[in-house]
Amino acid sequence: MGYTGEIEALLQILAAGLLLGCLYGLMCAGLGLIFGIMRVINFAQGDFMMLAMYFGLTGVALFAPGRSWAFATAMAVACAAALVFYGLGALTHWALVSRVSGARAVDTADAGHTGQLILTLGLSLVLQNGGLMLFGSSPVSIPSDAGTQSWTLELLGGDIMLFINQARAFSALMAVAAVLLAILLMTRTGIGRQLRAVASNPIAALYMGVNVDRAFRTAFGIGLALTAIAGVCVATFYPFQAYSGFDFVIIMYAGVVLGGMGSVGGAFLGGLIIGLVQQLSTLVLPAQLQNTAVFVVFLAVLLIRPQGLFGRSVERA
Amino acid sequence: MQFLSPPGRQLAALAVLLLCGVAVTFTIHGYELLLVCFVGIWAMLGLSWNILGGYAGLVSFGHAAFFGGGAYTVAILSHDLGITPWIGIPLGAVVGAALGLLIGAVTFRLKGHYFSLAMLAYPLALIPLFTWAGWSEVALPLEREHPLRYMQFSDPRIMPLIVLAALGAALWICLRIERTRLGLQLFAIRQNELAAQCAGIATLRVKLISIAISGGMAGLAGGLYATTVLVVTPLSVFGMLASAQALIVSMFGGLGAAWGPLIGAIILVPAAELLNATFGGRLPGMQGVIFGLAIMAVILFRPQGIYWAVRDHLAPRGRVPADHGAPSEEAAVPHPEYREAPGEPLLVVRGIDVRFGGLHALSDVSLEVRRGEILGIIGPNGAGKTTLFKAISGVVPLAAGSIRLEGQPIERLSPARRPHLGLAHVPEGRQVFGDLTVEENLQLGTTALRDGRDAGRSLERCYALFPVLAERRQQLAGSLSGGQQQMLAIGRGIASRPRLLMLDEPSMGLAPTIVDTIFESVQRLNREEGLTVLIVEQRAIEAIEICDRGYVLSTGEVVMRGTRAELLADKTLREAYLGA
Repeated sequence: MGYTGEIEALLQILAAGLLLGCLYGLMCAGLGLIFGIMRVINFAQGDFMMLAMYFGLTGVALFAPGRSWAFATAMAVACAAALVFYGLGALTHWALVSRVSGARAVDTADAGHTGQLILTLGLSLVLQNGGLMLFGSSPVSIPSDAGTQSWTLELLGGDIMLFINQARAFSALMAVAAVLLAILLMTRTGIGRQLRAVASNPIAALYMGVNVDRAFRTAFGIGLALTAIAGVCVATFYPFQAYSGFDFVIIMYAGVVLGGMGSVGGAFLGGLIIGLVQQLSTLVLPAQLQNTAVFVVFLAVLLIRPQGLFGRSVERA
Repeated sequence: MQFLSPPGRQLAALAVLLLCGVAVTFTIHGYELLLVCFVGIWAMLGLSWNILGGYAGLVSFGHAAFFGGGAYTVAILSHDLGITPWIGIPLGAVVGAALGLLIGAVTFRLKGHYFSLAMLAYPLALIPLFTWAGWSEVALPLEREHPLRYMQFSDPRIMPLIVLAALGAALWICLRIERTRLGLQLFAIRQNELAAQCAGIATLRVKLISIAISGGMAGLAGGLYATTVLVVTPLSVFGMLASAQALIVSMFGGLGAAWGPLIGAIILVPAAELLNATFGGRLPGMQGVIFGLAIMAVILFRPQGIYWAVRDHLAPRGRVPADHGAPSEEAAVPHPEYREAPGEPLLVVRGIDVRFGGLHALSDVSLEVRRGEILGIIGPNGAGKTTLFKAISGVVPLAAGSIRLEGQPIERLSPARRPHLGLAHVPEGRQVFGDLTVEENLQLGTTALRDGRDAGRSLERCYALFPVLAERRQQLAGSLSGGQQQMLAIGRGIASRPRLLMLDEPSMGLAPTIVDTIFESVQRLNREEGLTVLIVEQRAIEAIEICDRGYVLSTGEVVMRGTRAELLADKTLREAYLGA
């Protein structure tokens, strides 16, 4: 029974990777939804998530009656964040992104992709550095009892003990619920059908009379809403600061690329795998190199299988 | 466009600018001198970015990889081995160029924003790696004893002057690139990579050369940065802001012109630095906000950048067609270039398969093109005609089969190599380089000429065949009518004096009278010069009438073949194409 210690460590890492992976999956679902419909990566997605984290922090500070209720309040604030960030996303799209994309650029050489990419890069710089001015650079997180309490799982009659952090576990459940809702929205509703039509052929959709700009705006809003929920959840157990968005945006790219750009479910699975890879890499790599492992996966997928693990063939152009 | 700007004037501008820089250096002191260094360094990084992002249209979010490579080369050599930056900086440039080649070789497989995103990953992956390796802060040791030997001059004016000299060299290199063949080829890649390949440009090689130059230049800038600020951290040299600044000064100043990054750096760097110095204490992150707002404003209001906006304001773009007079009589006499023994097989395709995922686009297709004939391939939409052409020119990979040109197997050669062996592919939908002039388009067509000195004569032949092109030789190709663009595409094809001209749907979207003109000129090329032609057409009957023989392709297979008379006499074929 000399291996129980190692098995325990492995299971602990798998559990951590799975729980974190669900949240990565939710972030990826948000970015992936925007990419799937608009065919462009939103560079500022991580920074909007950083804003959502501070939104969560402020919300909990204002409304939570005490530390024991802080986590439940945070979950309620996460739902509110979804609505607020849907609006913020729609506004950002209307005010900025739509000026260089959509119906205006549908027939140009690259359909305005480069313009959007660079525009959102600028937005990302403004948000993260503006965030630094507003919030300062010291890391904070939402303090709650759930964040410090764990359940203990005993396996093999007590030989193996697994600790499951309550905040992480509830957050993961919340993430799965949000992704399922998003999948239902995309597959079962009229809005979803229109969005998918625009994604598959914007020019044809335009000929059909679909309001492409409005569809893009909706997609941008929903995408930010999903990522905002993830942001508030992560903020309950992860110390963050104004530049944190950028750490996560890389994880999001990797997950979206891995899941095959385009489908919400694929992006979620991609994020889940990235969570597992990141945590498992600590077995063989120093903890500082966790994110280097993520980059290696990201590059490898881009170069070897750009359509992702779950995607159909996609043009690399 | 920039290719035709008089070089003398640009060199004069370069000299005046550098002199101004030197003059400024002697009138200011202290912190302002440091600003001059920063302007020069970021302008160089911008110039380096512009070679890929501007000329070739390959937007990179990861130029910090090269910049940081150069900076760390200088810092580590100096800190750990005591080697002076005089050696470190050139080595930094070499490291930058080597990183460029390495990264390019891996990443150029990706196109568009997939390329951009992959580039982002390199510098960001290096940050944790360098931190972990113990290089989270490398300072250049102070060498008060030997200021000259270690570039730590007591006179603060010397470093700015060195930076200005390096900037001058970088600018000169970029101006050279703009005026040479490399610049034209990069511009062609930006316009339409597929068409550039069809014209025989070895696109991968051209891109690798340019990323090596670009990486070297960025490495040089990084080395100067390390020598100027004397301390290097992973975040300052590999961080997102470094990559973003390269892109932002270029786009703000003007994409695709050497002056753009310079203008951008001169305006943005001092603005950001001064505001940062004033408010940075209270409001950290000022620099990032300034750069972010600047790039958003440019994309929203002046996407072409300041340089082009000012130029357009002074002299509206788009050239007036210049009248070069009628082509000379001598040029109008066709050259008997292609007289070859007729009837022998020139191109032999044996049993080729092309698959897209699970879909068989072509299965077991064989055909033979004989010297001196016009061979037609007809068939309905989606029959695989265009795929067959792309397979022959190597743009889509074969799953099976062989292709021989004059007995030599070519199926393993790169697409850019094939035009050099005498294959000219005039792609579907014409694919002219819209932002280049007619003449520049034809010049690109001569890339695959065996003897570059024949380029002039080759152009004259094209003008003789299509006089309307001669009238419009200075006009932008995008402003031509559809028929003229088709003529230009064919002219670009024959400019390399191919053995085999492959025309993909030359009649597409054209009025019947223009189609007749184009078919007539194809026949003329065949009859008078003996040029072998392979033509794909949906207008089956018209096509068969100019062909000697024809193949009928349907759902990826050859279903019928025969001479013109046989095909025209075939009842099912006539019904299929005339009855419908």
